[in-house]
Amino acid sequence: MKKLLLGNEALAQGAIDAGISGVYAYPGTPSTEITEYIQKSKIAQELKIHSSWSVNEKTAMEAALGMSYAGKKAMVVMKHVGLNVAADVFMNMSVSGINGGLVVVVADDPSMHSSQNEQDSRYYGKFAMIPILEPSNQQECYEITKYAFELSEELGLPVLIRMVTRLSHSRAGVVTGEKVAQNNIHLPKLSTQFQLIPMHARGRYQHLVDIQPDMLEISENSNFNTFHEGTNTTIGIIASGIAYNYLMENFEDGECPYPVLKISQYPMPKTTIKQLFDTCEKILVLEDGYPFIEEGISDFLGEKRNVIGRLSGDIPRVGELNPDNIANALGFDIVINENLPEVVLGRPPQLCVGCGHNDLFNAINALKNESETQQVFGDIGCSALGVLSPYESINTLIEMGSSITMAKGSSDAGIHPAIALIGDSTFTHSGMTGLLDAVIEKTPITVIISDNSAIAMTGAQDSAASGRLISICKGLGIEENHLKVITPLHKNLQENIDVIREEINYNGVSVIISQRPCVQLPKEKKDKLKEYKNVSIN
Amino acid sequence: MRTKTNIILAGVGGQGILTIAAILDTAALDNNLNVKQSEVHGMSQRGGAVQSHVRISDKPIYSDLIPQGKADMIISVEPMELLRYLPFLKKDGYLITDSNPFENISNYPELETLYNEIKSHKNHILIDAMKIAKDLGNSKATNMVLLGAASSLIPLSDESFQKAIATLFERKGERIVAKNIEAYLKGKEIATELVS
Repeated sequence: MKKLLLGNEALAQGAIDAGISGVYAYPGTPSTEITEYIQKSKIAQELKIHSSWSVNEKTAMEAALGMSYAGKKAMVVMKHVGLNVAADVFMNMSVSGINGGLVVVVADDPSMHSSQNEQDSRYYGKFAMIPILEPSNQQECYEITKYAFELSEELGLPVLIRMVTRLSHSRAGVVTGEKVAQNNIHLPKLSTQFQLIPMHARGRYQHLVDIQPDMLEISENSNFNTFHEGTNTTIGIIASGIAYNYLMENFEDGECPYPVLKISQYPMPKTTIKQLFDTCEKILVLEDGYPFIEEGISDFLGEKRNVIGRLSGDIPRVGELNPDNIANALGFDIVINENLPEVVLGRPPQLCVGCGHNDLFNAINALKNESETQQVFGDIGCSALGVLSPYESINTLIEMGSSITMAKGSSDAGIHPAIALIGDSTFTHSGMTGLLDAVIEKTPITVIISDNSAIAMTGAQDSAASGRLISICKGLGIEENHLKVITPLHKNLQENIDVIREEINYNGVSVIISQRPCVQLPKEKKDKLKEYKNVSIN
Repeated sequence: MRTKTNIILAGVGGQGILTIAAILDTAALDNNLNVKQSEVHGMSQRGGAVQSHVRISDKPIYSDLIPQGKADMIISVEPMELLRYLPFLKKDGYLITDSNPFENISNYPELETLYNEIKSHKNHILIDAMKIAKDLGNSKATNMVLLGAASSLIPLSDESFQKAIATLFERKGERIVAKNIEAYLKGKEIATELVS
């Protein structure tokens, strides 16, 4: 019986059936539903698979590595920019290698539907010199995940699965297979494997380099890399992951006359690529994200090999692929009967009706009228919507945690008032360490933690900050007199403006916790949050 | 006979177009057909424009996205959102929409302009689905009225639609199931009158 699953859900079911003992993750679109599926799975509960959210992607990946060290299979899941946060452990665990199977799932967001860039995680996989798997459809999401754990244990390396938004968030019928047993605890055979002092690390790194040819051989024989013969050799096509579907969409019943190499496993299968080069006049590369394959197989000087794709301009350099931009590259006519009527206007995302961020932005904007030099450094999450009209309250938005440290740097440069505006979960994810920087130097910044007690943008998941913000701030050294709690409601507007103004005028670090639960939270969670409200600062 | 339908569902984040998608998916799988259905999660769900591509076929379906000019119909719970996806509509494809605007932007266009644009298409079903649902005593069933209105254009049996609605709302009890099927049937009835 086929189950109707999102690509993300098929992947999650694959991980359960591969015998994982834990999934570690921080929510982030388009990756969130992978972990949520495991959290809701009855079988996962029976198997006692760990699935609660981690504080950030780095802590998640380190915990997954710890589980692997203990001999059990673990998965760690994040969106593409989350891998930047986890890059330290990511780069080093390919050197140490793993013990129990360890799979890193990263969901990229070409076209930046919910992200600030469209970085391509395949570069990270190559950087760490580990195998990369890139499923093309929902069934493959399931199968490739089970395979990823086998491959990880066979090579003793972490394996990267790269997803993209459209596959993560598209459903199809999926047939599931047999379950593999979970591992028992068994410590690494080699006691020095996880001790990366230079004298051990050099040996581990040499080993990583030495097994690269094995990785290539496995990839060349992989069932996920397939070659379709074609009679028309004017073009040979390489299509990776989801690009394969968009390509085949352009041919009746998927009957493509050109030779096609579908790549879903890396390192790139060299022998088959050479076969394409030898038999075809030119090579068209179709890949969602950056021109990773195209760059890899192009001749640096562009003299000998005729490779086209995103770099040549035959496919747009930016944005996601679709059946239409591939049709264009193949020289097919696209029949569009109607254009977008002028009457249709853009409808950008906005805050929910009744959202507390709204009242906080109103207070901040009132102060902007008092001081022309006021700069507000924003952060990732729903509060980022303060960039847009009608608020336009926020001057910067870069990455998780940057509000506090950018405010600090700008204050060091002489900006005043320098206000950092950060959500509660973003604060515990990456803001706390930056706040310590400011405390140490007594930098005159005003940090406003907009505490809705949820990881709101991704679906109101539990925030690690709930009920802990006051003690965290006090622990980091915020003075009690300059740690304030306000409630962002219209009736409190004047009072809130006064509190923020007073703290702006303090020559040191202030933290104002603006506390009102996310409207997306269910009632029972909101009730629970009321208990935290009674925590006093003193 | 070959079965192949491409449907675009349109609306604003939070209006619940995924309920329609789920019923289409369930009914198609019940008929042993292939389904692919893409949806929008994340930032746009917060009051922004959202769409879902639903593809149903007896042959393998490759792309998760419908190519431009290849949608058989657009079903929308909001009139301006309907028009946003016109470049995807095939020649003489169908437009099915609720007439009620969701005005969360300051410069929302004149309704008459939107209606005239919709009416300039030969194949359109423009109905006040919200009122129809309210009159039946279930304002939440607007989506089911629209699904009913589109149903005769989709190669899935009436029985499989009703079964899918029953499956989807099962958790909420028999009364809710009945109310939603009633809304679906009313939409179907009204569309039949309009189209004939």
